[in-house]
Amino acid sequence: MAALAATSSLAVKPSPHGAGPRVIRNPWWVRAFFMTVALLFVLCFLVLPLVAVFTEALRKGMSAYFHSFTDPDVLSALRLTLLTAAIAVPANLVFGVAAAWCIAKFDFYGKSLLTTLIDLPFAVSPVISGLIYVLVFGLQGWFGPYLGAGDHPWFGAWFNAQDIRIIFAVPGIVLATIFVTFPFVARELIPLMQAQGNDEEYAALTLGASGWQTFWRVTVPNIKWGLFYGVILCNARAMGEFGAVSVVSGHIRGETNTLPLHVEILYNEYNFVAAFAVSSLLALLALLTLLLKSLVEWRAKKGGA
Amino acid sequence: MKIKTLILATLALGITAAASAKSVELLNVSYDPTRELYQEFNSAFIKYWKAKTGDDVIIKQSHGGSGKQARSVIDGLPADVVTLALSADIDALYTNGRLLPQDWQKRLPQNSTPYTSTIVFLVRKGNPKGVRDWDDLVKPGVSVITPNPKTSGGARWNYLAAWGYARHKSGTEEAAQKFVAALYKNVPVLDSGARGATTTFVQRGIGDVAITWENEAFLALKEFGAGQFEIVVPSLSILAEPPVAVVDKVVKKKGTAGVAKAYLEYLYSDEGQDIAGRNFYRPRNPAVAAKYASVFPQLQLVTIDAEFGGWTKAQKTHFADGGVFDQIYAK
Repeated sequence: MAALAATSSLAVKPSPHGAGPRVIRNPWWVRAFFMTVALLFVLCFLVLPLVAVFTEALRKGMSAYFHSFTDPDVLSALRLTLLTAAIAVPANLVFGVAAAWCIAKFDFYGKSLLTTLIDLPFAVSPVISGLIYVLVFGLQGWFGPYLGAGDHPWFGAWFNAQDIRIIFAVPGIVLATIFVTFPFVARELIPLMQAQGNDEEYAALTLGASGWQTFWRVTVPNIKWGLFYGVILCNARAMGEFGAVSVVSGHIRGETNTLPLHVEILYNEYNFVAAFAVSSLLALLALLTLLLKSLVEWRAKKGGA
Repeated sequence: MKIKTLILATLALGITAAASAKSVELLNVSYDPTRELYQEFNSAFIKYWKAKTGDDVIIKQSHGGSGKQARSVIDGLPADVVTLALSADIDALYTNGRLLPQDWQKRLPQNSTPYTSTIVFLVRKGNPKGVRDWDDLVKPGVSVITPNPKTSGGARWNYLAAWGYARHKSGTEEAAQKFVAALYKNVPVLDSGARGATTTFVQRGIGDVAITWENEAFLALKEFGAGQFEIVVPSLSILAEPPVAVVDKVVKKKGTAGVAKAYLEYLYSDEGQDIAGRNFYRPRNPAVAAKYASVFPQLQLVTIDAEFGGWTKAQKTHFADGGVFDQIYAK
């Protein structure tokens, strides 16, 4: 990402007289045409939907808009979404750093396989990601007979007494979310760490630092902006995920509905103001994410990371 | 460090929330269009149960395409009661996992169906394509909205109603199959549930006519005002019987058998029947039905048992993998 931005900023470096020897100058109308096309595209596909969400949400005025958030089902969906993100993001933070560290700093057998596995959740449709968990933890699945309402001759009774539920309950939603947000942190860090190389770590080790000291005092400061960036993207996806969570949720109102799922329910109940009000909440979260992301990019550039 | 405290705090929050909600709780897993019906019925039952036993009961709802919902219960969604679109979906709870006994449908009056409905057409204001009966749906240039029979119970009733009409008219199964195949050629999109199909028609403005539950059609008129849509009643349709059942395996484990049974029986009470009528389901109780006689049009209704030999057979012939629907839709 950062590398890409750097090269593109080189390419458009303006020359002092407007027409340098290496810079191609197109006629004004060509530039105007492409700029208009690009702006229209952004307007139609990004700005208009965003405006539509907010106008629909405010169609019946501010009080109707805020009233939508007093519904206990909406509050429960909000709580579940925050809880899911609060578990999924730290889990993937730890995993992402560990995986990126392994892949970028060491050579080992099966490294490319591990890299491919990390990318798997990007390649697989989220619906499939959800179905995997139904197949594994469902009552008819591999572990189903040992869980929840299962009736396995040996373990069934014990698990029945514990009442452990994976799918159609919070653990399943968290698992599915962790799965789909798996690659974000690692994918962000691997190129960064590879570009930085091992020199600074070697230097630290030669000077007598322990492994942990090297990690905390050399590696982490070097990657912190990339890490922030990955965490922000991971969080955005964790809060917005629909497909995988929809499959494992069971759609129990006030219990296993996340915000995106609840938007669909409200829309299907002809409750358009509330549906768009909740959507606007998600849109605001997204805008906040973008803002944070720009801030992080700006700080990263300033800090020279 | 902060993240750690946050996790612990949220976990603690989750645990305390789970601990405080320890009164009797029922989960009703239902199909798509019953959202408004059970919203009203649940609050009535909560009052009734409180007055009768003094206990508080919390009723949770889950809605979706009937077949999809049955699948979720089979996969472990802990439903105390299921209120689905057709008996084949509840039969599936017996065949896959033995969640209830085979004769579940005999446990409550009238085949365990406290209310009935039928299949009608919803068209746009002024009926621009002049849709009067099933024959108009196979005309070229008429775009028909109906959900996917694989996931939606309503869609299966739609399909069988069309089949029943064509067979009554032509007298042969071959002609009926040809008619239904022509009908599905006019369907631009198969939604997964009845409600999704209705919103496709009314909100996204796709299609000239939606084949839908009578109660869905009435609800769309109510929500959007009678000025935008009209209901067209065909000359012949099907008597749709959406059944209800207690899921024995779940209530046994949760200890909710008594309240779950009372919940379903209350659907047959005068108040339950009245709520069904108010939400555009045809009440079973003749006295309550008489009150709503002016709402529901009279039309010739065929039954699944007489016409198709029951749900088990209809399901196998038409909707199982490789069945008639697959053959029609693959073409």
